[in-house]
Amino acid sequence: MKLTRRLFVGASAASAASLSAPMVMGQARPRVVVVGGGSGGATAARYIAKDSQGAIDVTLVEPSREYYTCYFSNLYLGGFRELDSLAHGYGTLASEYGINVVHDWAVGVDREARTVSLAGGATLPYDRLILSPGIDFVDGAVPGWDLSAQDVMPHAYKAGTQTALLKAQVQAMPEGGVFAMVAPPNPYRCPPGPYERVSMVAHMLKANNPTAKILIVDPKESFSKQGLFEEGWQKHYTGMIDRIGPDFGATNVEVRPDTMEVLIDGVAEKVDVCNVIPAQKAGRICELAGITDGNWAPVIPHTMQSRIDENIHVLGDASAQGDMPKSGFSANSQAKVAAMAVRGALTGSQVFPARFSNTCWSLIATDDGVKVGASYEATDEKIASVEGFVSQTGEDAALRKQTYEESIGWYNGIVADMFG
Amino acid sequence: MKAYGLLAIMATVWGSQAVAADVLGDAARGETLFRQCATCHQIGEGAANRVGPHLNDLYGRKAGSLDDFRYSDGMVRAGTNGLVWDAESLDAFIEKPRALVSGTRMSYSGMRDPQDRADLLAWLRGHSASPADIPEAEPTARASDHDLDPAILAIAGDPAYGEYLAGECTTCHQRDGSNQGIPSITGWPVEDFVVAMHAYKSKKRMNPVMQTVAGSLGDQEIASLAAYFANLDQ
Repeated sequence: MKLTRRLFVGASAASAASLSAPMVMGQARPRVVVVGGGSGGATAARYIAKDSQGAIDVTLVEPSREYYTCYFSNLYLGGFRELDSLAHGYGTLASEYGINVVHDWAVGVDREARTVSLAGGATLPYDRLILSPGIDFVDGAVPGWDLSAQDVMPHAYKAGTQTALLKAQVQAMPEGGVFAMVAPPNPYRCPPGPYERVSMVAHMLKANNPTAKILIVDPKESFSKQGLFEEGWQKHYTGMIDRIGPDFGATNVEVRPDTMEVLIDGVAEKVDVCNVIPAQKAGRICELAGITDGNWAPVIPHTMQSRIDENIHVLGDASAQGDMPKSGFSANSQAKVAAMAVRGALTGSQVFPARFSNTCWSLIATDDGVKVGASYEATDEKIASVEGFVSQTGEDAALRKQTYEESIGWYNGIVADMFG
Repeated sequence: MKAYGLLAIMATVWGSQAVAADVLGDAARGETLFRQCATCHQIGEGAANRVGPHLNDLYGRKAGSLDDFRYSDGMVRAGTNGLVWDAESLDAFIEKPRALVSGTRMSYSGMRDPQDRADLLAWLRGHSASPADIPEAEPTARASDHDLDPAILAIAGDPAYGEYLAGECTTCHQRDGSNQGIPSITGWPVEDFVVAMHAYKSKKRMNPVMQTVAGSLGDQEIASLAAYFANLDQ
């Protein structure tokens, strides 16, 4: 019989199940620990608990009692959402799906003993571990900035209090003031995110402080949806936004939080608000677990298993998986593949071939939404994109409005998919 | 995107053998194969134009579009007509350059073996598009045909398979049938569901998200989804 990719995946899962059978039979229920309660972790926990129907013991470790989605946080900056609407609790996962939700920090992984240690002192054993910690920032990525300066120059790239702080700062800008953004180098969470943020800040300033200026200091030659954003900025926020790219010194940037200055190639610019989005890396727990290669954690595309430890799966932003952008949609998609692989390995349930997709919506101005997306396939080398689409410049207003409304529907869909 | 139609025709004309995404990707072997290209083309850090243009960031580049390289009129014309370099068009070009671009100065006669071309393309894409950073970048692999092996066909219509596949749908569509921004697909008659999905697949229905999703599904997979959603309690 011809060995197809699908048979190969199924056969692999069957082998894994038989190998793990003695361990599984020696205990009451196999145990899965999920670290990180965002788009990847919450989805994986829910799908494993839901689909295994109690056959697997699932523990979700997440320090926050309420999770604020990073996606749509820009819309809060622009005045299109309330901050509370981005907050989601874990009560349903606990009460309806039987997930043991632990609000604590994971501070270590003993891969030999297969345990996760928590800041509070507890130790959680696992048969499979899922790490979905999102991002952390690379130390020293922007000279002059570290986490101690985030109350002066917020990153607002983990939603919640930082987002509220950034909005308050923009609202307090003096008339005709300057909002600066130090944009991150690739790769980073949500490729269009910084530019949607610029759009939303511009929207707010246009209404309340129309002579204010926005300065983007960007180390990248180009960015996602660039043509769409630039068209939108010209149309809605004419003359308000300037972007300095690498040709004009944006790869040599320093900030001075004490004096609210941004130094671009040695030249100081005085600004009123400075949003510093530093270079990023996998959440620290991946490094502590010893499964990173450089800044990210490489994974096997068919199952999202770590290439360094097959008992660990890594989801979302933290993973080095190939072509999928770091996005909530991607993490949610990857979580379902990992959940299926974990169930197959621990209970012998059927494993279907991995499927991945992603769409990223961005809002440029009122009812002016754009999107980009693709479908992907798992290859042995990476998750590879096979077909994609992107909104076009010059689209009519009705289509842009429909695209925005579609994004609202997606938001409602994905949070229901994550939190039940 | 206009290039896709052209490329579909090319694939038919020259019989380019579709290579599943699974096997596109031995970049290490592709690096070895690239040695025969290296007499004319440079690639990697510091690559410059020589007899041929440098090949960094080739995926997604319009044919004949580097400002600082003097192309043949034929290559410029191909670019003007919509030829964009991606996995499909590069495969056709490397197989037989002058069959794709009349008048190209590239004297290479062609690489006949599909696996050699796939490996070379894997090497080239390592120096090119990064959809993780720019999601709208050209695809870096080909979709598999999704024809199911007979042994797997036995699970077609299995509600469990439909439920698994539905995980991709419920990132956007809500299982409870809520209908805001994105329409509900819960409780649809099977026939309506299948007809709609095939209309997206053939791009008669216009939503690009759904065109992409439906395009990645085989007939049996669509039928399984239809069966699952038809009986899902609201």
